[in-house]
Amino acid sequence: MQHYTMNLTVKVWRQANTNAQGKFETYPVKDISSEMSFLEMIDVLNDQLIIEGKDPIAFDHDCREGICGMCSMYIDGRAHGPWTQNTTCQLHMRAYKDGDTITIEPWRATAFPVIKDLVVDRTAFDRIQQAGGYITVNTGNAVDGNSIPIEKANADASFAAAMCIGCGACVAACKNSSAMLFTSAKVSQYALLPQGEIERSTRVLNMVAQMDKEGFGSCTNTGACEAECPKGISISNIARLNREYINASLS
Amino acid sequence: MGFTGLFLISFLVIHATVNGMIFFNDNGAMFNEWAKFMSHNWIVRFLELGLFAGFVLHIIQGFSLTLKNQKTRNTKYAVNPGNATSKWYSRSMGILGSLLLIFLCVHLGQFWLETKVDLYGAQDPSYNLYAELQETFEHLWVVIVYLVGVVALAWHLLHGFPSAFQTLGINNSKYNGIIKMLGTAFSIVVPLLFALMPIALHFHWLN
Repeated sequence: MQHYTMNLTVKVWRQANTNAQGKFETYPVKDISSEMSFLEMIDVLNDQLIIEGKDPIAFDHDCREGICGMCSMYIDGRAHGPWTQNTTCQLHMRAYKDGDTITIEPWRATAFPVIKDLVVDRTAFDRIQQAGGYITVNTGNAVDGNSIPIEKANADASFAAAMCIGCGACVAACKNSSAMLFTSAKVSQYALLPQGEIERSTRVLNMVAQMDKEGFGSCTNTGACEAECPKGISISNIARLNREYINASLS
Repeated sequence: MGFTGLFLISFLVIHATVNGMIFFNDNGAMFNEWAKFMSHNWIVRFLELGLFAGFVLHIIQGFSLTLKNQKTRNTKYAVNPGNATSKWYSRSMGILGSLLLIFLCVHLGQFWLETKVDLYGAQDPSYNLYAELQETFEHLWVVIVYLVGVVALAWHLLHGFPSAFQTLGINNSKYNGIIKMLGTAFSIVVPLLFALMPIALHFHWLN
């Protein structure tokens, strides 16, 4: 596609801190290259704000190559923007054309309080992970990689679940702010492997209990999480979590 | 939600089957025979208690789930994705369910309560439910209320049927297509059967 430049209007959520009342601010941004990433466009806008002596927009970002899960932006009603299976940092400005208005909001969920502007506190995910997202391993030498046979289909499904980068788009996209896709991915990646067998039943019970405690909503199977997940985590993982949960509750 | 939902779905099969008896077009003879069985057989009467428990549980679960989920996002989004990421009816189960609850109250008042009053109050006279149906569905507003209820049911089922399987942990690429297809067929056929009854009686398609 041919390179082009564009002038845009960006509406951004500005909020000084967790307790402050936030509001939208509108900024014009000029001469944005179609080859920039979305975050580079924000960088340009921030440079402009700094020159004008204003407070730059706070936003989370780290790797900028779609693997860290930091760049949480709710762009024009879509978590991580208009492209599918894509993080905000991998969204390119060629998705937009000259004169477009872009509305950027933080992830909105009671369990993800806004720290500043577009930065939200996602430590609730860490606590869910800590509640059971681990395996027991004996100390000593590393075990030979092939000493435990694992069915190919299970290994693949486990790896697919482990693709989850914990970005929180599932919560942001869900009308109930449910964290079921995240939690189910973390439960599934171990439930499918023999290494995860030891904590199998306590893991699912503890992680779900922590998830509820954090104030996330319940899953009503709308499928919005799966549609918005940048890593394409399937809601079949949620069904697996439900299975694991039912089995663990009965045993 | 899923478990009680599937239970209520199983009830719909029975209800739609008995309703279908009017289409024998024998002036309600077959229908009345079935209706008498349903209101007198003690096994059916016993199961009716379970059915009521199922309804009450499903309604309580639904309301508490909706209320809880409404509290999980204090600040709403300024821009919403609309139907880009999920189906409208999957997001509207609370509203569809509330419509169904209103319909259920009207429906039980009209047909369940009256038969029970006659059964216990009037020492079980020979009861012509078919004649009462004909009389009730003469009123256009009743037909409209029933059609609204049936349409709400269709959308409610279209999400609820496959969703119940997902909730119970049944999601397998081999069977998902069948479940989806069955759910869609069920959501069309059963409400259509229900809708045909008031329509057929109102427009005197039957004897």
